[in-house]
Amino acid sequence: MTQPLLTTKGLSRDFGGLRAVDKADFTLMPGEIRAIIGPNGAGKTTFVSLICGRILPSSGAIGFNGAEITALPAYRRVRLGIAYTFQVTSVFANLSAYDNVALSVQRTLTDGRSRGAVREGAMKALEQVGLADRAGTPAGQLAYGHQRLLEVAMGLALQPKLLILDEPTQGLSDGEIEGFVALIREIAREATVLIIEHNMPVVMQLAHRITVFDAGRIIAEGDPAEIRTNTQVQEAYLGAAHG
Amino acid sequence: MTEASTARIYGLHIAVVAVLFALNFLLPDYHHGLFARILVLATFAMGYNLLFGYAGLLSLGHAMFFAAGLYGSGLAITNLGFGVVAAFIAGLGCGALLSLIVGLLALRTSGVAFMIVTMMFAQAVLLTIVYFNQWTGGDQGLVLQQASRILTVGGASFDLTAPAVRYLAALALFAIVLFLTLAIVRSRFGRVLVAIRENEERTRMLGYDTFANKLAAVVLSGVFCAAAGAAYALLFGYVGSNFASVQYSILPLLWVLAGGAATTLGPVIGTLFIYYVTDIASSYTSAWLLIVGVALILLVLFAPKGILGAVRKRWIGWLP
Repeated sequence: MTQPLLTTKGLSRDFGGLRAVDKADFTLMPGEIRAIIGPNGAGKTTFVSLICGRILPSSGAIGFNGAEITALPAYRRVRLGIAYTFQVTSVFANLSAYDNVALSVQRTLTDGRSRGAVREGAMKALEQVGLADRAGTPAGQLAYGHQRLLEVAMGLALQPKLLILDEPTQGLSDGEIEGFVALIREIAREATVLIIEHNMPVVMQLAHRITVFDAGRIIAEGDPAEIRTNTQVQEAYLGAAHG
Repeated sequence: MTEASTARIYGLHIAVVAVLFALNFLLPDYHHGLFARILVLATFAMGYNLLFGYAGLLSLGHAMFFAAGLYGSGLAITNLGFGVVAAFIAGLGCGALLSLIVGLLALRTSGVAFMIVTMMFAQAVLLTIVYFNQWTGGDQGLVLQQASRILTVGGASFDLTAPAVRYLAALALFAIVLFLTLAIVRSRFGRVLVAIRENEERTRMLGYDTFANKLAAVVLSGVFCAAAGAAYALLFGYVGSNFASVQYSILPLLWVLAGGAATTLGPVIGTLFIYYVTDIASSYTSAWLLIVGVALILLVLFAPKGILGAVRKRWIGWLP
């Protein structure tokens, strides 16, 4: 029996009086593409932020690849293989696309990682997302869709075991979304993918399994067909009156 | 980074050092002395630039690192009877230790809080210097005797009070720190510092320990500034508490902003510019601060990224 890549047990996070994530029990198997969906404010971004360590939980535990990582600082989790791409595009606008990705490939001084071939690794990641010919362009001058791809390239260049994508298709055109779906399928051959997504066609095409959040709780989990017919999910999205 | 641009960048920096070397033989006495002082202060500015320009951390307390070098070497000579080389190393050690302690504490803050905390530490250092006046000479400071400022290397001895020796020693220090800075900012560590300046949260989420990298930047910056302070004590023979005052925390910021933050040659250009504007203005009028102020306003209006920042933007994009 294979070990789960990621588990959370009773994971909670309070912001003042608001419980953004409420006792989430979650298991992710290696090789999966898992989508997290839910209405706005359901706690999806908070949940993945707890996993990647941007914020610390109020209670509960997180395990990754057989190790307990609940109290580990974010940069150590990245080194274990958890990569996160931001919901709001967050590239180094004044650095070239190449430098953005090179920062993922290299890690220096106090950060270990050997003097590998930075150029090779960076160009490989840029090629994978189709930005190799724009390596010298400052990231801030790239088109919006290309900046999103650059984010993904930065995540890929970390060679993660788990890639977390927070609403990656937001603001992309239909054509760009099509390319994105193909790209994520390709990535999933080597890494486990956890994706927060609002675009339902994308979710239904991509996800092996779907986890549904509402008001901080996990209310349903299953394959796309199960989720589509789940009445609880329909209520969360449309309100009980529609039932 | 192509090899051609690497050659071009090193060529430019070597040329700058060569011109400064030639000036040793060409400058009239007054300007020769002024240049020696400017080269030491430009080294101070380069240390400041590493932290402020590249890592994006604005400190208002760097006078304490200059003073650590100044007093570290000066007191080692007057109280412990150290030679020139040992005193210089003592200055560096004081700078390293102080910057490590200040970095560990001040880096728990960021932004405006970091400015205030560094400024408070610098005030504490100044008050400490004044408080222990029986050793430090308090407000009066200390004068290092000529006899204690003779550098002996092997059989040869150099009198650091002689103008040419002093100029060349200042130039040697300047050149070493210049090329170290160049190597750092072109290294992977340098790229991480810029990344932290641009977007610290993103850098952390790429797996970098941003605290450790910032701490390394504070210590390197502190040691460069302490090297300038130690050289100042040894070359000019005066160790005074005014160098630990707020004025000497603001000046390197001013020099770096004028010359161009996050450019390797900006600090020396800025130091030269501000020093000469001040010097020329004060020879014409007692209202020289007014002229310095007008010069700064013009600079902010027409070259907000400093002299070299504007040059890089308009003409030479490859400047490091």
